[in-house]
Amino acid sequence: MNRKNSLGALLVRLGGYALLVLGGVLTVAPFYFIFVFATHQRSEIFGFPPPLWFGEHFWSNYQILLEKIPFWRAYWNNLYLAIMVTVTSLFFSSLAGFGFAMYEFRWRERLFGVVLATLLVPAILNLIPFYLLIYQIGWINTPKALWVPGMASAVGIFMMRQYIVSAIPKELVDAARIDGCSEFQIYRRIVLPLIRPALGTLGLITFIGSWNRFADVNVIMRTQETKTLPVVLRTLQGATDVEWGAIMTGTALLVAPLLLVFALAARQLMEGLTSGAVKN
Amino acid sequence: MQESLSKASPLSDPSRWAMRWSNFQRRYAPYIFISPFFILFLIFGLYPTLFSLYMSFQSWTPSDGWGRWKFVGLENYTFTLTDPMFWRSMWNTVWLGVFSGLPQHLIAIPLAFVIHMVLSRFKTFVTAVYFLPYITSSVAIALIFNTLFATHNGVINLVIAHLNTWPLLGALLPDQNINWFTSANIKYALAVVVVWQFTGWNTLLYLSAIQAIPKDLYEAAAVDGASRWQQFRYITLPLLRPMMFFAVSLTIIGNMQLFEQPFVLLNGGASTATPGGQTATMYMYRTAFEWLEMGTAASIAWILFVFIGILTYLNHLVFGRAARGGE
Repeated sequence: MNRKNSLGALLVRLGGYALLVLGGVLTVAPFYFIFVFATHQRSEIFGFPPPLWFGEHFWSNYQILLEKIPFWRAYWNNLYLAIMVTVTSLFFSSLAGFGFAMYEFRWRERLFGVVLATLLVPAILNLIPFYLLIYQIGWINTPKALWVPGMASAVGIFMMRQYIVSAIPKELVDAARIDGCSEFQIYRRIVLPLIRPALGTLGLITFIGSWNRFADVNVIMRTQETKTLPVVLRTLQGATDVEWGAIMTGTALLVAPLLLVFALAARQLMEGLTSGAVKN
Repeated sequence: MQESLSKASPLSDPSRWAMRWSNFQRRYAPYIFISPFFILFLIFGLYPTLFSLYMSFQSWTPSDGWGRWKFVGLENYTFTLTDPMFWRSMWNTVWLGVFSGLPQHLIAIPLAFVIHMVLSRFKTFVTAVYFLPYITSSVAIALIFNTLFATHNGVINLVIAHLNTWPLLGALLPDQNINWFTSANIKYALAVVVVWQFTGWNTLLYLSAIQAIPKDLYEAAAVDGASRWQQFRYITLPLLRPMMFFAVSLTIIGNMQLFEQPFVLLNGGASTATPGGQTATMYMYRTAFEWLEMGTAASIAWILFVFIGILTYLNHLVFGRAARGGE
């Protein structure tokens, strides 16, 4: 009986491995093709058979890319936007999370409820009114139109509050107060160093999300100098003779930093996301 | 800025003023700390939303000049609700919502269970691999799939042609290249892209819920002779219901707003040729930025908003009670 059981268990285990490998290959394949296609010309990409291995046209694709679009300008816009959003939202979200976690005040539960309720408003439905507001205050084509509204995020406040409640004892804050710390000093000297893991996770999520933004940037940024990389790459696709090799080179350069950051921080990101989800 | 104000309050200076200052700070600090979010929300969240409600009863196009609105009552709503193109795009959205939403969960739940049961050391690594599409730019994803779905010599068509030569499976597959970019086929291509992009996210959610299930339950069941399948069916699935509620809610809200994937896959929404791939948000986008009918676009947004609200409520009826019971 034992023997049959262990054979069955082994088969289940092997079947499980096979499924996981197959799914993993299907998941990774499109990324592989981004990088392979980035090194081929258009005629090769759509030739028979399509390229399965790296080619020799990365540099020529890159040259085409530089001719057709202000590539590095767009790259810098991406980076600038992502850094501004990440830094400001880490600061204001953790500050607000600290406020909700460590103080008793009137309306606390209700105000926190408001923060959570804003998460339920579908983002893209706000696109038109948001565009009209930006138009009204004259911020079209200015990067601040994209990062100022995101300086404090509801997701960030929620994550920070959860983490601070579970990681920082109230006694610690009281002790700091007795020692003469001001409320802001408590945040800066006590809380901030202790919530670094949570800041790391939130920072990653925010950076990645901002790096990938498309719909609102596409609407707000009307000139080539202010557009970010996803938007500029998309305009290449609309051209009459589409340089798919160059587009893939641009896509590879758009995706590469994300893959690098993810490779370095996947463990923290995965653990940060799952622990938050469970306590939910 | 707070900091510079407060260096005058060490306890070594026990003046009444310092005490009062410290109490004052403690009382009002939280309001100051949370206020940036609320100020930003009022300006960039609530105001535009209310303004769009107002706009949905007005007729306005940017060339009229700012402030030159014309009150038209319910005209935008009646126009939208009687517009066949709107209903076509709603139908596409719902179709896509179902056919790109259901598979995500039908794959993610067993996948999470298998990862949990079979893997120990490489669990994080494998989950990270599956999670990768979720963190990647939708535009990058749509661009690569645009080439993979190419009619002639596209990788996906070539794989299908190859599978076609297999026995059994081959009989089910068409033996000609599929033009994925026709109005009838684009939906399937889109569903594949969305499933590929978001299954890993759901797997992560379900895995985190599965990990929270106490091991004793499985051990007790194993002692009683329950098979793996029975453990999955009678322990894992029921205890996953709260997470199903959460994950399905997110899928509903996300799928009803699909925009970037169809927009890029259809090359900027060239949807007069391919109405089959036009989603509701794409239709809203075109109404606003191609036809410049801002009031009508606002009415579309509000109709969609109500629709999403109803779907979320229905989901609450299906999973919600169990979700609260499971807490």
